[in-house]
Amino acid sequence: MLEIENLTVEIGGKTVLRNVNMSVLAGFTSVLFGPNGSGKSSLLMTIMGFSDYRVKEGRIVFMGEDITDLPVHERAKRGIGILMQRPPNLVGVKLEDLVRVAGRGGVTPGDLAKPLQMNEFLGRDVNVGFSGGEIKRSELLQLSAQNPCLYLLDEPESGVDLESIERVGGAVKDLLVGRIGCAGKKSMDGKSALIITHTGQILDYVEADRAYVMCNGTISCSGNPRELLQEIRRKGYEECVKCKILQVA
Amino acid sequence: MQDPSGSLRKRAEEARRKRAAYGEDIEVEKFDIAPREAPAAESLEDLGEDLKSTLLNSGVVPTGEGRSGSFLLMDNAVVHSSRKEDVEVLSTQQALRKHDWLKDYYWKAVPPDADKYTATTFLENADGYFIRAPAGKRTRLPVQTCLLLGSRNAAQTVHNIVIVEEDAELEVVTGCAAKSGVEKALHLGISEFYIKDRGKLTFTMIHNWAEQIGVRPRTTVIVGSGGAYINNYVCLKPVRTIQMYPTARLEGRDSFGRFNTVAIAHPGAELDIGSRVILSAPQARAEIVSRSITTGGKAIARGRLVGEAPGVKAHLECKGLILKEGGIQLAIPELEATVPDVEMTHEAAVGKIAKDQVEYIMARGLSEEEAVGIIVRGFLDVGIRGIPDNLKKEIDKAISVAEISRG
Repeated sequence: MLEIENLTVEIGGKTVLRNVNMSVLAGFTSVLFGPNGSGKSSLLMTIMGFSDYRVKEGRIVFMGEDITDLPVHERAKRGIGILMQRPPNLVGVKLEDLVRVAGRGGVTPGDLAKPLQMNEFLGRDVNVGFSGGEIKRSELLQLSAQNPCLYLLDEPESGVDLESIERVGGAVKDLLVGRIGCAGKKSMDGKSALIITHTGQILDYVEADRAYVMCNGTISCSGNPRELLQEIRRKGYEECVKCKILQVA
Repeated sequence: MQDPSGSLRKRAEEARRKRAAYGEDIEVEKFDIAPREAPAAESLEDLGEDLKSTLLNSGVVPTGEGRSGSFLLMDNAVVHSSRKEDVEVLSTQQALRKHDWLKDYYWKAVPPDADKYTATTFLENADGYFIRAPAGKRTRLPVQTCLLLGSRNAAQTVHNIVIVEEDAELEVVTGCAAKSGVEKALHLGISEFYIKDRGKLTFTMIHNWAEQIGVRPRTTVIVGSGGAYINNYVCLKPVRTIQMYPTARLEGRDSFGRFNTVAIAHPGAELDIGSRVILSAPQARAEIVSRSITTGGKAIARGRLVGEAPGVKAHLECKGLILKEGGIQLAIPELEATVPDVEMTHEAAVGKIAKDQVEYIMARGLSEEEAVGIIVRGFLDVGIRGIPDNLKKEIDKAISVAEISRG
């Protein structure tokens, strides 16, 4: 589904990702662990194609196609969707309108909003005055209208209170394993996801198949999500670099 | 003309060549005074298809549906005037003949010698619409008026008077447009609005001119105690030059004034659009919100709040987007207070659309052009928030017709 090959990325001349290699298989979910500032969000933003993230080396292959130089909306059209951690405020743009256009006119925003309890937010400006949990639900609502094949989820559980985690986790699960297939010709394939998680809480809701740990802008180890998470909980991220040495050896 | 001593005429004569404080100086004498005669229309529906669609694009409904009255001035001729509800709709000249007391309002808010445009309008003894909401009467539906430029190279001179009596409520929608084929012309419009105690007037003006039209409206609104004036101004189509600085004088305690402006400066256009509120009574409140876009023209957004009484509260906000190279945005917010107990603030911002917003929307599968369109629409929408729903729909329609995203 997604292959990242030897990817090196700069923002404003500063290298934020270095020789990143990883993959997400069709119908599977990968998680990305790593300390703050290690480059996890940068990787997701680069895969989505945001223009501040300049690819200096390597390539991004999605469904067999090199998408490294495609603009954001072309990637979205091919089936990539993102839940951003800190999306911008859209003053004057109603959430309902954004949901409608994200669904290319084929969705009823009110119906999609119900399970996320977002109906009362449909008439509000996107993200303006939203709490942490409301932003996540708003992002998930837009994604449910967009219906991508590959979900890039940047810390879906961060800044969300306990009660909302249940709702957000449930919604992510519905999106990934729900009955609605991917849009377009890949409708028979299962959905894939790359999820950044700091706490691992999302793993209570979503079955992940593979985990990567990112340190200092590169992937330092990979393995079974639960085992890696236990390791990180026990020892913290200090073992990151060591893990890399082990892998290389 | 209501000028027994001739003193106003003398003042106007002297001001015939007086340049306005702002805006490019227009040589009025190079235009022909627009004809005062035109065949009357029993109904706006009797007009030609071409004209009807011009009316519709300016927020004027030819069937008169959803309106409590209609008025059409073509060039300087009154073509149609009607009403369905208990509201008076006449031409200003008719009203002057009918109501002797109207002389106390005529040229009392706008001085004839303010500049050459007011002077010309005075000296032409201009006609226009007269609308009066009787005391205690709340009109359910808006009165619609249309000021149409119908002849090439014509100078249209208009004089409007609106009176909202005590405890009355009135909405007026005015569409100003040029008939198709009229590329070059001049519109001079005097508007004197009087809102008595606890009265409320919502005035929405949609400008729908053409590329070589010059526009010089002169408006003053006087508001009594507990009264409210809400002004919505929309100008999305190409025009050569507009300069206006309508003023609301909040003269009664607890009165309220609001100006909402949304405007697009197309290439070759100069829009010098201001809003001024003079808060001269205690506890008066005002709000000025302006949203302008340039796709290559010059957009000047002036705003001035003057606080002259204790307990006054007012805010001014102007934001401008530059969508294309060559466009100019100039925001001039001004605050003046002459007493200590006032609370007046302003904020202004000009610049381009934030890239992160565009890409955020693109990440939902929309092209850059579509994403810019959504943001621009939202940007303009904020400028007309809080206006009545039925009017908002029309303005939304005008915004989509303007095809802003293409620039």
